[in-house]
Amino acid sequence: MLKTSDPTELAAISKKMRRQVIEMITEAKSGHPGGSLSAVELLVTLYFDVMRHDPANPKWKDRDRFILSKGHACPILYSVMAECGYCPADQLNTLRKLGSIYQGHPDVRFMPVLEASTGSLGQGVSLAIGMALAAKLDKSPSRTYVVLGDGELQEGQIWEAAMFAGFRKVDNVVAIADNNGIQLDGFTKDIMDLEPLADKWRAFGWHVIEVNGHDIPALQKAFAEASSTSGKPTALIAHTVKGKGVSFMENNPKYHGQAPTLDEEKRALAELV
Amino acid sequence: MAINTKYELKLGAATREAFGKALVELGRTNPNIVALDADLSKSTMTVGFQKEFPERFFECGIAEANMAAIAAGLASAGKIPFASSFSAFMLNKGFEQLRVTAAFPRVNVKVVGTHSGISIGEDGPSQMSVEDLSLACSLAGFTVLSPADEVSMVALVKQAAAMFGPVFIRAGRIKCPLIYAADQTFTIGKAIELVSGTDVTLIATGLLVAESIKAAEALEAEGISAAVLDIHTIKPLDREAIAKAAQKTRALVVSEEHLVDSGLGVRVAQIVSETTPAAMEFVGVVDTYAESGAPDELLDKYGLRAVNVVAAAKRALARKKAGS
Ligand SMILES: Cc1ncc(C[n+]2csc(CCOP(=O)(O)OP(=O)(O)O)c2C)c(N)n1
Ligand SMILES: [Mg+2]
Repeated sequence: MLKTSDPTELAAISKKMRRQVIEMITEAKSGHPGGSLSAVELLVTLYFDVMRHDPANPKWKDRDRFILSKGHACPILYSVMAECGYCPADQLNTLRKLGSIYQGHPDVRFMPVLEASTGSLGQGVSLAIGMALAAKLDKSPSRTYVVLGDGELQEGQIWEAAMFAGFRKVDNVVAIADNNGIQLDGFTKDIMDLEPLADKWRAFGWHVIEVNGHDIPALQKAFAEASSTSGKPTALIAHTVKGKGVSFMENNPKYHGQAPTLDEEKRALAELV
Repeated sequence: MAINTKYELKLGAATREAFGKALVELGRTNPNIVALDADLSKSTMTVGFQKEFPERFFECGIAEANMAAIAAGLASAGKIPFASSFSAFMLNKGFEQLRVTAAFPRVNVKVVGTHSGISIGEDGPSQMSVEDLSLACSLAGFTVLSPADEVSMVALVKQAAAMFGPVFIRAGRIKCPLIYAADQTFTIGKAIELVSGTDVTLIATGLLVAESIKAAEALEAEGISAAVLDIHTIKPLDREAIAKAAQKTRALVVSEEHLVDSGLGVRVAQIVSETTPAAMEFVGVVDTYAESGAPDELLDKYGLRAVNVVAAAKRALARKKAGS
């Protein structure tokens, strides 16, 4: 597979991923465009530059692991994994259809190359900690990355996990909050404000990095800082825009869980050239 | 006659929509009614209550366990809270809280799980609930309701509010066939015989009630007389109606959009074995989680259709015959 640290190349892949996300969800007629688009650069930077993994050997014991805790954003995960060669790109448009490996939420029964089945929010950090602890026991260099929604951070289990990892110094875990400010019912600040978010993670013993989640060089630097941080898990607070890249979806709660119409698809793709 | 039309069931509202409507009506007549939701108010349909009574609506964010116990606290202090989320999250995440803060002290809390069963469709099994009836029935002292259409949902939500004690109400995502006329009366704990028959009794809850009615019609065309019972109250179960059906037809099929080995079927079987033995068959989800797909495709694939009820009825009838 292609691996690159060139931000221009990573940006080009990101654009391609955005197009695929729009096409997949339009074809499926349901799904979650907003939170898929906000996480594009996070996943692209991880899969094409930062993570040590091998699509030809997906169960390589020392691989870095990735968990999409906010499983509803799976269109971007499927797109990225297909681009890496883990799964067929020509089937991406079967998303959410009966018999497709591209289930509405990540499901290892249908896609054994996934690290986790998700879709019920709040559980990914705990799962990541388990994988990271196993890596430590096995003296493996494997690191585990987990992407969370900001609304998802309202789940109590997130903070039980945060307390555990801080206390136990699980420094091979990186929790990435896709801080796009919107959840299902509206803006996170109106539903249940997470702020001061960085202070919360710090108080639980985490090393915190705040970064623009669409700025690829800044993300590369942040992941490098996370890798060189020992004795503390890292929380990367990625400031993102929900629906990023499609003007009429940007920062618009309506597109949390609504598929584009054919006309909207056309307008979206026209912006992603 | 309880059925609207004999050979054609008109599509009505989804039971979650009926719940949302009933909740607003309750809010207008009783200032003690309050509602809680966990970032799904547009899906559970509590959004109408939120708009009309913002001061009595508590948005809890994506934190179902916390919401369950807050609701119990509100109930302990004299309010009548309706807490809702997808059934999968409400019961699986809130179970321990419901057990300790609602069931133990038997507080007056009403818990509503929408998007139950596999008919939610494309979102897939993480959002589906095939074990909620089992979990809810495991909460000692809870009343468990599973209405089949919008008319029964509205009526039973109102009765749940009127009675004192913890209640779980199961609702679905998709529009479902209208079973009842607007003037139908319902009593919690009393099954409704929709079709009378003498050879076999089709017992069902939720979406499978309409499928069982269709099955009864198909059986009738083959000269088999099938009765249909709507079990809108899973707990307390209508012992009398079930014993009577077992005695009368000696062949029963129980159908539900739920794991077959932990839902309505096993509870009916318990009553049958305690009263009048009968040949029994079960239609439901068999030891699996479903998948993404269109609701209709999933109901077909997982065997939750009238044809499956018909086939089960014939198996039960064959055993009844062999045993007599
Ligand atoms: C436990 C749980 N409760 C509720 C839901 C339904 N749900 C799906 S997405 C969502 C909002 C998520 O918001 P956020 O975490 O901010 O994700 P993003 O903005 O990245 O899409 C909700 C409530 C769920 N999947 N899991
Ligand atoms: Mg968000």
